[in-house]
Amino acid sequence: MEALKECCANIVVYLHPSKAKKVEASVYRQLSSLLFKFNESLDGVVLTYEPKFSSNLAKILPGIHPYFGVRFEAKLLLFHPKPDMLLEGEVVKVGQQSIHIIVLGFSSAVIADEDIREDFKYKIKHGKEVFVSRSHKKHRIKVGTTLRFSVKNFDEEILHICGSLVPSNTGSIQWLETKAEESQAYSITEKRIGNKRAAELLEPANIVSYRKKLKSENHIKKSRRSKSRDS
Amino acid sequence: MGMELHAEQSDYAEMENVEISDTMLFYHVRGALKSAVEGDPDKYKQLVTVMGPDECLVPEKVALMVTCLKALSGSVSCLDIVHHQSLISSILKMSMWNYGTDVMDALMELVISLATFSGQYVDLCLEMLVSNFMPPDSFISLLNQSRGILRKGQVIHHVHKTLIFIAELVPLSPLRLERIITERMPHIFTKEPLILIYVENMLKLESGEIGDRVGRTMLLAIMDRLIDLDVDIAWDDILQEDFTKGIFDMELEDLEGPVDVGQQDGDELRISWMERYFSGNLNAQKLDSLMVLTFEHLNFCKESGRLRQVFDTLLQSFQQTVLTAYKSKFAQFVLFYACSLDPENCGRRFADTLFHKFKTSRYPEWRMSAVAYLASYLARAKFLPISFVAEYLESLLEWCSIYCSNQSGGINPKAHKEFYAAFQAMMYVLCFRMRSVLAVPHIRSRISKHIEDILRHPLSPLMVCLPSIVEEFLRLAKVTRLDVPDNFVSSNLLESELSMAFGGRERLDMFFPFDPCLLMRSDRFIRPNFVYWSMVRSSYDNDEDDDEGTSDEDEIEICTAGKGMNIANDGAARSYDQDLDEFDNEMSKMSITPKVAQWFGGELRTDMQMPSRIRPCPDSL
Repeated sequence: MEALKECCANIVVYLHPSKAKKVEASVYRQLSSLLFKFNESLDGVVLTYEPKFSSNLAKILPGIHPYFGVRFEAKLLLFHPKPDMLLEGEVVKVGQQSIHIIVLGFSSAVIADEDIREDFKYKIKHGKEVFVSRSHKKHRIKVGTTLRFSVKNFDEEILHICGSLVPSNTGSIQWLETKAEESQAYSITEKRIGNKRAAELLEPANIVSYRKKLKSENHIKKSRRSKSRDS
Repeated sequence: MGMELHAEQSDYAEMENVEISDTMLFYHVRGALKSAVEGDPDKYKQLVTVMGPDECLVPEKVALMVTCLKALSGSVSCLDIVHHQSLISSILKMSMWNYGTDVMDALMELVISLATFSGQYVDLCLEMLVSNFMPPDSFISLLNQSRGILRKGQVIHHVHKTLIFIAELVPLSPLRLERIITERMPHIFTKEPLILIYVENMLKLESGEIGDRVGRTMLLAIMDRLIDLDVDIAWDDILQEDFTKGIFDMELEDLEGPVDVGQQDGDELRISWMERYFSGNLNAQKLDSLMVLTFEHLNFCKESGRLRQVFDTLLQSFQQTVLTAYKSKFAQFVLFYACSLDPENCGRRFADTLFHKFKTSRYPEWRMSAVAYLASYLARAKFLPISFVAEYLESLLEWCSIYCSNQSGGINPKAHKEFYAAFQAMMYVLCFRMRSVLAVPHIRSRISKHIEDILRHPLSPLMVCLPSIVEEFLRLAKVTRLDVPDNFVSSNLLESELSMAFGGRERLDMFFPFDPCLLMRSDRFIRPNFVYWSMVRSSYDNDEDDDEGTSDEDEIEICTAGKGMNIANDGAARSYDQDLDEFDNEMSKMSITPKVAQWFGGELRTDMQMPSRIRPCPDSL
């Protein structure tokens, strides 16, 4: 899935003097406050963090409360969806007007009917709402399907994604993968057929005849050479 | 299904003749929304009119509203927060309390569609749902009627179902919800039915499907509001003009006259006094009702096996707000009740936390408060095993012994206030539990040794602690034959200058947080697990009689290890009703709770002797 990136950030956390005895715990606490919120400086939503303290020195700020700045490097995993990126999520609701998806368990996404390609048709089968592809009957989107969709826009405040199923490389991941496997298998078969044709040429009978042909050619050549030598 | 968007009455008849399919309806509404964006607002305005507030909800209007709401649910992708502001505003201002279930269903469907369709609607929809926690003012009078109760149930059901549905589709919505709920929580001056219904909703959320995400915040907010109400009730409010103006009564002599008041009279008097007291204090009534709600919720949590989890939050809230509040009067009984539901776990953890706070807190006032809570809890909690009480008494005494061994100076109430608070706490617990604790020989020997060492130290705690407690402690020590140096001179005073000095400006020397609960409805929950002074005192008084005459074969306070303290009165089993009757008489004894002379005989005694001392309870003699 796109929209996930790892980065290293140089961070300074200013701690209250009362936290001087438990600096690490306080830093972790500060870092955890970044979770599941869009951070403009990092340009993404922090999903995990791993601080690395290279020094036990901190800069004390002068003032009534001498806060001290702890400098460290943190490895962060960020979620940063941008338009046209491909995301994956689980379908939690299907309706005639929209498909609702949850990405990575925390971000909600919705695909409005106008962003669902015309190939998909809304149906109610056995009391359950589904979108079925007109061209590939096995391509279905229902509750529980893992869906690949492209990002239209991202609400950084509530981490809400507006998605689209217009691109052809979007849809049910299961179906897309099956299709990819099939096409891969097809290309392998094609190759095999190609190889088979080549192998057919190498069949013993052909080889003999070919050898004979070669022999005869060689013979001719040889004879030519011999002729020239002779001459 | 047919529909006609014109809201005018004249068009209803026409509507019946028009057959439009659902799909056509959606296209019609979408067309209206799109045309508004394109600058043709006629159809859109008709839609806004349908959604607008209407006093007269005729069936046709309701049907039209339901139809439009359903059509809008399918057209949220065409809604624009700027161009359709008036329509969205009208929808979100709708109060479900004014409509039947068909409108509620359609409205909730639309709210779900809106909240899940775009991030910009999430907060608006959650705010709308939270505003539906409370009925409009016009509906308050109906809340006691069957119709109102039915509607309340329907609204709460719909609101919570919708919140859960939104949380399923927008996983981060509970985070926003808890912020909205705490921000919109009614203040203490809000009408009682409104604040009650709001808290009821909060508790429902706590125990509901999204409780694991928002429950903790709900409980913390409720406890904060309880404390707000609690601190708003000053003792001056409780003591009305008739009641000897702000004096903490520990006097028992006043009970002499009317001890023979009948049980039914006692009940009536008690209720009449409570009514009289509460009629002037709306906040006390609100607090009482909220505490009852909380108690019922705790009961429910126990039944569903969630009490330990809930208790964690309560304990955290206690440390943050209740313990640090100045002399909280009632809110702490939430913890007391939770402990009574699970003494093995919650009961122990509460005492552990208090003792830990006493030993480690940075602020002397918090340490003194913590030890006062501990003392009052150990003394009053009927459900605590006596071995448990003895364990804490020993811990307190050990702490005092170590403190003494590190000090060489003499009496200094201000410098050693934690020590005096701890020793007074120990004496207070022993006043209630002395017989049971000393019944175990090895505990008796250990306690006796520690007490002797401490009392012989120059810090002289008996000189500094509250004279009334010291006097009672020494009297009981004599009755139970506990060896203590008898160099204390009875001052016949409730307090002394030295005790006031160690108590400080906050008078923490006179803080006994689990004195009998004065809230009438809450008392019903506390009473069965509460040790009243008369229940303990009567046993010692009998013992004193026995000392004079025969042997002490009639052991009244019986120690049953591991099963709490069994207390009988005069050899006979006390019934709950009897306890209730004596509530009025006994709640002021060995307590700082103001006592009301009118409970007995109805005559105001203006010549009360205050401060007074603890004397044997007349009805137990």
